[in-house]
Amino acid sequence: MAHSVFLPIEIACLALLAWIVLAFLGLACIRQPRIILNVIFPAGAAISLVIAVVGFMALTLQAQTIILPLGLPNLPFHLRLDNLSGVFLTLLGGVSFAVSIFSCGYFRNYNGPKLALVALQYHTFLASMALVLLADDAYLFMVAWGAMAVASYFLVTTEHQVPQNRSAGFIYLLTAHLGAIAILFSFGVIQGGHGEYTFDALRQAPLTPLWSTVAFLLAFFGFGAKAGMLPLHIWLPEAHPAAPSPVSALMSGVMIKTAIYGMIRVIYDLLGVIQWQWGMVVLTVGAATALFGILFALTQNDLKRLLAYSSVENIGIILIGLGLSMVFMGMGHPTLGVLGLIAALYHTINHGIYKALLFLGAGAILRSSGMRNLNQMGGFIRHMPKIALFMLVGVLSISALPPLNGFASEWLIFQTTLQAPALQSGVLRSLVPVTAAILALVGALTATCFVKVFGIAFLGQMRNPDLKEIHDARFTETIGMAWLAISCVVLGLLPVFVIHLLNNVSLSITGFGLPSDAVDSNWIWLIPTSAARASYSPIIFFAVVISAVLITIFLVHRLYHGRLRRGPAWDCGYPEQTPRMQDSSDAFAQAIRRIFGPVFKATRHFPSPDDTAPRFSVTVEDKHWAGLYLRIARLTTFVSNQLGVVQQGRIHVYLLYSLVTLIALLIFVQ
Amino acid sequence: MNTLVSGILFQVLQSVLMVLLAPLLLGWVNQCRAWLQNKKGAGIFQPYRTLRKLFNKDAILANNATVFFQRMPYVLFACMWLAVGIVPVLATGLPFSPAADVIALVGIFALARVFQALAAMDIGTAFGGLGARREMLIGFLAEPAMLMTLFTASLISQSTSLVTIVDNFAHHPFAIYPSMAFAAAAFVMVMLAENARIPIDNPVTHLELTMIHEAMILEYSARHLALIEWATSLKLTTYICIGIAIFLPFGIAKAGDWMALPLAIVALLAKLAAAGAGLALLEMVSAKIRIFRAPEFLSTAFLLATLGMLTHFLLEV
Repeated sequence: MAHSVFLPIEIACLALLAWIVLAFLGLACIRQPRIILNVIFPAGAAISLVIAVVGFMALTLQAQTIILPLGLPNLPFHLRLDNLSGVFLTLLGGVSFAVSIFSCGYFRNYNGPKLALVALQYHTFLASMALVLLADDAYLFMVAWGAMAVASYFLVTTEHQVPQNRSAGFIYLLTAHLGAIAILFSFGVIQGGHGEYTFDALRQAPLTPLWSTVAFLLAFFGFGAKAGMLPLHIWLPEAHPAAPSPVSALMSGVMIKTAIYGMIRVIYDLLGVIQWQWGMVVLTVGAATALFGILFALTQNDLKRLLAYSSVENIGIILIGLGLSMVFMGMGHPTLGVLGLIAALYHTINHGIYKALLFLGAGAILRSSGMRNLNQMGGFIRHMPKIALFMLVGVLSISALPPLNGFASEWLIFQTTLQAPALQSGVLRSLVPVTAAILALVGALTATCFVKVFGIAFLGQMRNPDLKEIHDARFTETIGMAWLAISCVVLGLLPVFVIHLLNNVSLSITGFGLPSDAVDSNWIWLIPTSAARASYSPIIFFAVVISAVLITIFLVHRLYHGRLRRGPAWDCGYPEQTPRMQDSSDAFAQAIRRIFGPVFKATRHFPSPDDTAPRFSVTVEDKHWAGLYLRIARLTTFVSNQLGVVQQGRIHVYLLYSLVTLIALLIFVQ
Repeated sequence: MNTLVSGILFQVLQSVLMVLLAPLLLGWVNQCRAWLQNKKGAGIFQPYRTLRKLFNKDAILANNATVFFQRMPYVLFACMWLAVGIVPVLATGLPFSPAADVIALVGIFALARVFQALAAMDIGTAFGGLGARREMLIGFLAEPAMLMTLFTASLISQSTSLVTIVDNFAHHPFAIYPSMAFAAAAFVMVMLAENARIPIDNPVTHLELTMIHEAMILEYSARHLALIEWATSLKLTTYICIGIAIFLPFGIAKAGDWMALPLAIVALLAKLAAAGAGLALLEMVSAKIRIFRAPEFLSTAFLLATLGMLTHFLLEV
């Protein structure tokens, strides 16, 4: 029996292989773009489903390992499928299914060679992400991590004719490599000197608290660079607008989540013993990232840039959850730590889904209208009702509004912060709830930001009357977005199932689970610790709102009447209004720029006084560029120039260097 | 089973009673204000007359209004109805209360606000967008302060469930919490802002440059406007009820306890009347502030609430 049926991990390996095969088939079909669109991408989507099912099965199974005789001599590839990788594989499979289906329609305007390259890189990217999640030794992990970075670099620079896209790609690659080096060093520290790099050996390696803190900091920096935490977030707002939208959806929805996976893997699983000070570091960085991310998202006009900054914000929220969990774990409250971990994982899944949905929506708008700038959009709901509906679901989810999924996970994070009285240290007890305050502010700002997105882009009047050729989503695009939108609703309405499954993850990597009240609760009531403390039931909530709306409509029409007349808009009696009098995206964010002035570097552009059609505009710059990165760049140039003296370009000088080095080494070894 | 039935009866009774009473509270506030201004006033039943007038009119919708605009009043009304059903005003232990705690309650208000702002932007008039932008501004400033206030109460009662909070304050020996004083001050400020009252907004004027809430609903007429007005009064009632539930919960009944019900209703009416008069007085003695002073006002509320929470940790644990 055992041999007639494949183990889930074997299926995962086969699926991974199938993606690689598809990648090269895509390249082979360079002259048949129709085959790539109609066969390769749907086949990739089918494999995604397989991966999602495998991941989902892994959530309730014991960990499985497999050793593949690949790689270097004596260093075979170790793979392992456990509950934690199961969560992220489910996310990868679920999101990439939608994105692949969406891509069948989206990439239709691409010519043969470009499409073949996209198919190659796209499927390699998917396979490398799956490999990152399955890797069970540091070598394979780094190989997969590097492959993921390179594949996504080429995807970001798909439109490489545009110089900005090339430099965006470069910044991305640079950050990715900086991070990768830190991760490599972190593994080097964790192995503790005995040279074994399988994750099992890393788990066993004894570490002094000091070295494990070093390993933690390196891993946090390295994975943080990929995740987009402050101040390493700068690649996100550059790379996301440059990449084609399905790729942005994958990068924001899944790839930056692999960094969260890496953090959890290294901190909870490999290091194991968590110190609460680490938690405070993660918590502080997370809170700063979340607040900064959403403030910048609010002031953006480019829809994809805005979504990228919003991803930065959500990574911050996930880090807040993780940080809380680590503080509680480190202070000896593992049950509360589990709550934070589950909240963080839940938010990771939720963000993966709704951000992918929003990026696909932005892509659908871009393909249909050619627009990315919010200031030019308006009234699209009348031309693309389907896209508008799906975007609305995404917008409500990301704004953390009940009963959708964003609310459920933020609710859990709030519940975790409110467990602060359990902490012994008075300082921590008062600091932890302050993160609740920041989270509350961030949540409210997010709602503002996405009211702006939806209101400006879809509602109101068309700002550009010349725009004729705009149409709704194509069939495959609709399916892709509908899949994600339905996932948002389901994850929002059934949080109890989700936290029961995530509880397995926590049990397997930390050995602790939620208290019995939470685990035994039935599917209607979401209870984090005990029923008296807090409970939430999205299903009842949803049912009551819907029935209240229906009852109100029924009563009003029954008791009074349903008469309706149409007429021109009133607008306080002003008859000559034009679409240009609506609030623009810049105008909507004006209050934010003013209130949070010191955060931004805003430059206003005024029209000349005798301009008959004046346009005001504002550009907002990230202060990190001038304050940090340009300084580093100048320093690097300076150091390189100084070192240039050494570089003579004559061979006998270099020979001299070798000689000096040799002598120095001889003396040193003596 | 019997307790469940009477629990549901209590739930329905409370929800319907509050919906019917809400315009009366608004009428009472307006009447008190008129008295304070040495005017005669229109009587406390004036809001009902306005609602009847509006319901009987034919609704007019702008040509380009979408389903969003048309259905928003119903969603808004349903959200407020839901909110008032969650807050334990007449009795604790209502069957519907565990479905949403204080965070979800703030979530309902946020949901209503987002829908209202989106509907305001639907037609694409200058005022609609302006109102939506300002409403979201007030919203994101007020919401954290509101949550912090509620969290202070939650930390004292070790629960975010409003029922447990109320139970804790109402049915336990009386204790003085300094943190609740900060929280109460913050709550009043948030309540004024969230309900578009002076000093943040003035509910009785339609001055173009200063209006917030009214700018959003300029395009509404007839039954849609009536529902919005009703929902607005319901929101005010809900906020006052939250305040009563957290800061003055005395006299509240337990669900199913029919003997305590008359007393609970009387206590509630007395508290609402006092709160309404207090609100009118507050509005009389303060002036509307510029919109760009609103962040100062609300960040003061936020700081007060956070201070309250810190006080709790410093003095009360």
